[in-house]
Amino acid sequence: MSVEPLWEVFVRSRRGLSHVHVGSLHAADAGMALRNARDLYTRRQEGVSIWVVPAAAIEASSPDEKDSFFDPAVDKVYRHPTFYDVPEGVEHL
Amino acid sequence: MSAHVDYLLGLADDALVSSQRMGWWISRSPQLEEDVAMANIGLDQLGQARALLTHAGAVEAAGRDEDDLAYFRDERDFRNVCLVERPMEDFGVAMARLLVFATWQHELYGALSASTDATLAAVAAKARKETAYHVDHARQWTLRLGDGTAESHDRMQAAVEAEWPWREELYDAGTLAPELVERGIAVDPGTLREPVEARLDAVLAEATLSRPDVAAAYSRGRQGRHTEAMGYLLAEMQHLARSHPGVTW
Repeated sequence: MSVEPLWEVFVRSRRGLSHVHVGSLHAADAGMALRNARDLYTRRQEGVSIWVVPAAAIEASSPDEKDSFFDPAVDKVYRHPTFYDVPEGVEHL
Repeated sequence: MSAHVDYLLGLADDALVSSQRMGWWISRSPQLEEDVAMANIGLDQLGQARALLTHAGAVEAAGRDEDDLAYFRDERDFRNVCLVERPMEDFGVAMARLLVFATWQHELYGALSASTDATLAAVAAKARKETAYHVDHARQWTLRLGDGTAESHDRMQAAVEAEWPWREELYDAGTLAPELVERGIAVDPGTLREPVEARLDAVLAEATLSRPDVAAAYSRGRQGRHTEAMGYLLAEMQHLARSHPGVTW
């Protein structure tokens, strides 16, 4: 049997939150991928919305590029918003 | 046994026996994802069976619970249609049968959600949502296999030919007491024919499958007269409970 394409699954657990990657699955097409995702990843009321994306459509950063991609951010403390006084009573900051 | 209990047992046994056949597919599906899908559907049906058997036991008022009714009745006392008890070891057959059975259940539960039997109405309202998904699952596969390769088309057509003769019993009011319909407890199965057949025909057409021109099979499961396969199914389903009565996990 031929191997069906791989799909990445993203589930939004409730309104207001973002879709979060929960795993992957095999399916012949997008319609079946969505239904398989419903069966595999929302059996216990985990979500209110599902996205499926062909794994092949995802361009991922390479572990080999880790140094050039991520290390330059290490010593840039001024990029963190820690140089401000936060007034009392401000929520969600 | 009252006609009311008999009617509830028919609906419960349809779901219970279908669930047992769906369970056979666990670990045997074409893909892991489908294993889970078929298990989910089987478990939905088992849930419907449990609620209906419990209710049937309560209406009967003879002290029988869901386990007594599922595991300690013999073949002749089961009221399921023959459609659901027959072997289902071909994936095309599994999807063709699920398409027929779930579409019929969906129409039936829709009508029963207005039943004057309040418990039955509540069970039906919940089960209607479940069966809508079962129909969709069977439809998706029927479309893909029917309108797929030449090989998948031929095998799906063969599966449809195998299942179609067993539909008639779903619409047969033969054993149903008219009084139950008059009191608003039951639905006249004959009224389901038109909506169910229209939906089945639409799926067949979309899947490029032809509607089988086949005679109805002799099917009297509602009267307790089952096919050869039923005894084997019950032996497997009931042997643990009968070998160890009252056993718990």
